[in-house]
Amino acid sequence: MYQALSVSELTSYLRELLEAHPVLGDLWVQGEISEFKRHAASGHCYFSIKDSEALLRGVMWRTAAARLSMLPRPGDLVLVHGYVSIYPQRGDLQLYADTLLPAGVGMLYARFEELKARLEAEGLFREARKRPLPALPRRIGIVTGAQSAALHDMLNVLARRFPLVEVLVAPCLVQGEQAPLSIVEALTRLYASDVDLIILARGGGAIEDLWSFNDEAVARAVYASPVPVITGVGHETDTTIVDLVADLRAPTPSAAAELAVPELAELRATIAASRARLEATVGALLALRRAQVTDAASIVERHAPLRRLARDRQQVDELARRLERSASTAVQLRDVALAGLNGRLQALSPQATLARGYAVVRRTDTGRVLTAPAQAAPATPLTITLRDGELYAEVVVPPEENQQ
Amino acid sequence: MTAQSPVESYEHLYARLQEVVARLEAGELPLEETLQLYEQGVRLAAECQRLLDAAELRVRQLSAVDPGIDLFA
Repeated sequence: MYQALSVSELTSYLRELLEAHPVLGDLWVQGEISEFKRHAASGHCYFSIKDSEALLRGVMWRTAAARLSMLPRPGDLVLVHGYVSIYPQRGDLQLYADTLLPAGVGMLYARFEELKARLEAEGLFREARKRPLPALPRRIGIVTGAQSAALHDMLNVLARRFPLVEVLVAPCLVQGEQAPLSIVEALTRLYASDVDLIILARGGGAIEDLWSFNDEAVARAVYASPVPVITGVGHETDTTIVDLVADLRAPTPSAAAELAVPELAELRATIAASRARLEATVGALLALRRAQVTDAASIVERHAPLRRLARDRQQVDELARRLERSASTAVQLRDVALAGLNGRLQALSPQATLARGYAVVRRTDTGRVLTAPAQAAPATPLTITLRDGELYAEVVVPPEENQQ
Repeated sequence: MTAQSPVESYEHLYARLQEVVARLEAGELPLEETLQLYEQGVRLAAECQRLLDAAELRVRQLSAVDPGIDLFA
């Protein structure tokens, strides 16, 4: 036996079921507006959408409704995004809309979202896959409309910033049914030529005009590029699928050209820096050499002949002085030696003999020792050295001579 | 061998200039060689500058599909 559910139990069960459903919980519905009313007090909008065989009621809350650029009128073909659920009070199945777009644009938008999600899941937008741009591109390929303002702008930027680069323009259609194929062909032609960077660009336009840049084939062609791709599509606010695939996204064609190349001034600055390093290195080296030369010169001068002569003379003087000094020293030494000898001589004096009573007689005036009477005439003062001292005397006339 | 693009010529000259600067900065060279390198460096820097001064954007059209498209009409 089944247990009976209450009505509210059933409706809330249905509601949970619907809102958790993978498709019904997040979907786009296309149809014709048959009624669209805005509740004056709450600001919420209530509408019905139909086709030839069915009709569905819907609600759009005030916050979502505020984003509508204009309220749709009965008969408008629209694309609605939202989820399906049940309104329990009346048991009505309703579309809870968060976005409502005119069918033309809405269709594009829905496809855009779908493609974006799919390519993202495939990894076409991966950051890790974005390649760095060449520092100095040699040859840049440009894919854009022939005769377009975008092309002129880009060539102007390139000519001003980095005229060294070569540009290969692969013109293509940029809007209309044929545009995606034309863009893919232009890209493919560039892949076969020798470019190291590609700019894919288009000037601003209505969202439908930019639609070729949301094309899957174009996106895959960009992804397949062997060289980095910069996109510059539309205005700053437009983001297309190819922008997401590209290695670098620029807001506009001119900006893409600016990002593609360095400015000549930067190169001039690096050259100037190299020159400065040359000057500095050689300047330092020359200064060093100059200092070495100065040193060498002073060494040479020190050895100059005149100076040498002067120094030699000084040396001679010095030697002479030393010689003199040593000579006088020798004399002094000799004096000392002499004094020593004197002493020794004195030591050999006949003191011992004197002690025995002998006396030494010397002339007082000359100090000469007398050994014969003839050596001293009468009245010659004599010094007689005895053991304990000296005695002074005078030579007198012998007695026998006195007698004569 | 294909003709060098202006950027390649520039890169070549600039690489040589860098090499000369590096060798000079490494030092230990005889004066004669130093002065030769210096002159070479100055000459290379001048050539780099000249290349930049003389550069003019070269634009070619790559059109296999419709050669009738006039790029600058």
